[in-house]
Amino acid sequence: MAELSVDVVAADRAVWSGTARSVTAPAHDGSLGILVGHTPLLALLGAGAVIIRPASGPELEISVTGGFLSVDSDQVTVVADEATLVTA
Amino acid sequence: MAGSQRVYRQRIRSTQSLKKIFRAMELIAASRIGKARAKVTAATPYTEMLTRAVSAAATHGATEHPLLSERTDTNRVAVLLVTADRGMAGSYSAAVIREAETLIERLESEGKEVDLYVTGRRAVSYYSFRNRELAGQWTSQSDAPDVETANDIADRLLAAFLAPAEEGGVGELHVVYTRFVNMVTQKPRIVRLLPLEVVEGVEAPGKNEALPLYEFEPSAEAVLDALLPRYVRRRIYTALLQSAASELAARQRAMHTATDNAEDLIRNYTRLANQARQAEITQEISEIVSGADALAAS
Repeated sequence: MAELSVDVVAADRAVWSGTARSVTAPAHDGSLGILVGHTPLLALLGAGAVIIRPASGPELEISVTGGFLSVDSDQVTVVADEATLVTA
Repeated sequence: MAGSQRVYRQRIRSTQSLKKIFRAMELIAASRIGKARAKVTAATPYTEMLTRAVSAAATHGATEHPLLSERTDTNRVAVLLVTADRGMAGSYSAAVIREAETLIERLESEGKEVDLYVTGRRAVSYYSFRNRELAGQWTSQSDAPDVETANDIADRLLAAFLAPAEEGGVGELHVVYTRFVNMVTQKPRIVRLLPLEVVEGVEAPGKNEALPLYEFEPSAEAVLDALLPRYVRRRIYTALLQSAASELAARQRAMHTATDNAEDLIRNYTRLANQARQAEITQEISEIVSGADALAAS
């Protein structure tokens, strides 16, 4: 099965990168879920938690304070102003 | 004669302690430069993503945005000058200040009024000595800038750019900083940051390939609105990081040269001291011999 390749970057470092089955992100007006085959998207993020379900292993939670998210041919990039890894 | 020997010995001692200081500063700069370069590398992914997103938004969405359009209602311009906090870095600060002076002269000859914003104590003292008013100044972290300071600087400048003309709004923003090319080359550079020209990193799509058709959430305008200030902050942060790396490289090189020069001086003084000692001995011998001769003759 195809997978998403995900990068999470903060202002001064790369936070996480890897492959995942799905990503849930806090868009400005509600939660936004991304699965394989999503249409190209540029979305603003609010403060909240980005939840990543990796291809293997337990799900990850990263709390962000704002930023944006881009999806382009199964390449997901979360660009956060500040991001901290909260392992759920 | 004995006097000159002592003087040389003293000079050798003081040069030796100076050499130790130069060596220590060289080593400190060398260890910090690794950190500064790592910071530049760590900041790159964010910058790349941001640039890509901005160009995508700008090519798809509306390109009408206050940060993208030229202002004609004011002839004030802002100049941001990035220098070091401390000296001992050769011509690093002097070079970038000279570059800024040329720019200011050019802008003023075009009939523009220049608002000067500076970072680094070197520039602050340079301009306060010349009684030039500074619109803003930031000091004390020129060799390790953090994101918060960069954001603070950017927010001040963005506010000035978006302010109405009668409240001191500026029509352009130029940044003068030092680009880190490699360990031996650092170049002072002038960049016009505002109004923005989003061209960097945008590849013109080929005839048969279209740019991916992005959906914008909530809308292209809103995304652009949020991205452009971030982009400006980022450019300023990058300029600060580049300048920090350049400063440390310049300092390391300057201190290396100073250590070498101190070694040369010590070598010269040692030769002179030896010569003085030899001359003294020769003189003493000839005095003794002539004294003995005089006694034998009587």
